[in-house]
Amino acid sequence: MRDRVATLLLWAALAPAAAQTADAALDRRVERVTAELRCLVCQNQTIADSHAELAVMLKRQVRDMLAHGASDRQAVDFMVQRYGDFVLYRPPVKAATWLLWFGPFALLLAGLALLFARLRARLREPDDDAFNEEFPA
Amino acid sequence: MKRYAIPFGIFAILLVFLGIGLRLKPQEVPSPFIGKPAPAFTLTRLEQADKTFSPQELRGKVWLLNVWASWCTSCRAEHPALVAFAKQVTVPIVGLNYMDAREDGSRWLDKLGNPYALSVFDSDGKVGTDYGVYGVPETFVIDRRGNIRLKLTGPVTPEIIKNTLLPLIRELDHA
Repeated sequence: MRDRVATLLLWAALAPAAAQTADAALDRRVERVTAELRCLVCQNQTIADSHAELAVMLKRQVRDMLAHGASDRQAVDFMVQRYGDFVLYRPPVKAATWLLWFGPFALLLAGLALLFARLRARLREPDDDAFNEEFPA
Repeated sequence: MKRYAIPFGIFAILLVFLGIGLRLKPQEVPSPFIGKPAPAFTLTRLEQADKTFSPQELRGKVWLLNVWASWCTSCRAEHPALVAFAKQVTVPIVGLNYMDAREDGSRWLDKLGNPYALSVFDSDGKVGTDYGVYGVPETFVIDRRGNIRLKLTGPVTPEIIKNTLLPLIRELDHA
């Protein structure tokens, strides 16, 4: 009998703490998922950051889904199905987004190629009097 | 003269990009639903809480779903155009009363006129989310097979009705 009371008391003491850590873990997951999603009302903010009504509601929906056992992936897919790839802050790599993903590197390479071509041309025909004009020896 | 050609060329290109940038409308996000079935739902009617509506009931008909709310100022701006439009066409316009209160929605319709065949009541916005609603008002055109053919974000104007909605409805109605 005494054992049982002790167990009950222990449970009563521990249950809220367990619930709290579970809550905190859920909070972290909600935060992580919604930080990847664009708020469509205020497009330069994530759903996690935004206080727009839509963002608050979507945060609640993500939270509901995760609490009911959905994976992070499923929650993100849920949003993509409804709002398109545009909600993703990291757009998927596919034919339509190649320019977006690789365009900057292509520009960088083009710039470097141009730079090297110029430098080489300048090395081949050193222009000797360019400096001497302004600073005569 | 030649030395100015390159900077001038770059300037011209920048100008073109700037011009394109000014014309982009980033608030119009392409909907992933075009050509796909309109998501199913069953909701109570705004003004008859004991009756429900679901999109299957309109299978075989071309119809419009217009998302609105009494708190939405752009909906108020759109409303006269919608009322006039409802008188012009025979296709039913179903209202999705989005994240609103029942009394506020009903009062709004009483005061400003009711262009809807019926309105359904989506108080928590769940059905709105299923349709990818992010800025009210939004308008969907749904064909006889129950597929979404067009989505408009923002207020419907007389120009949009004349140039986009009416031709599309005519086309779908005869298809």
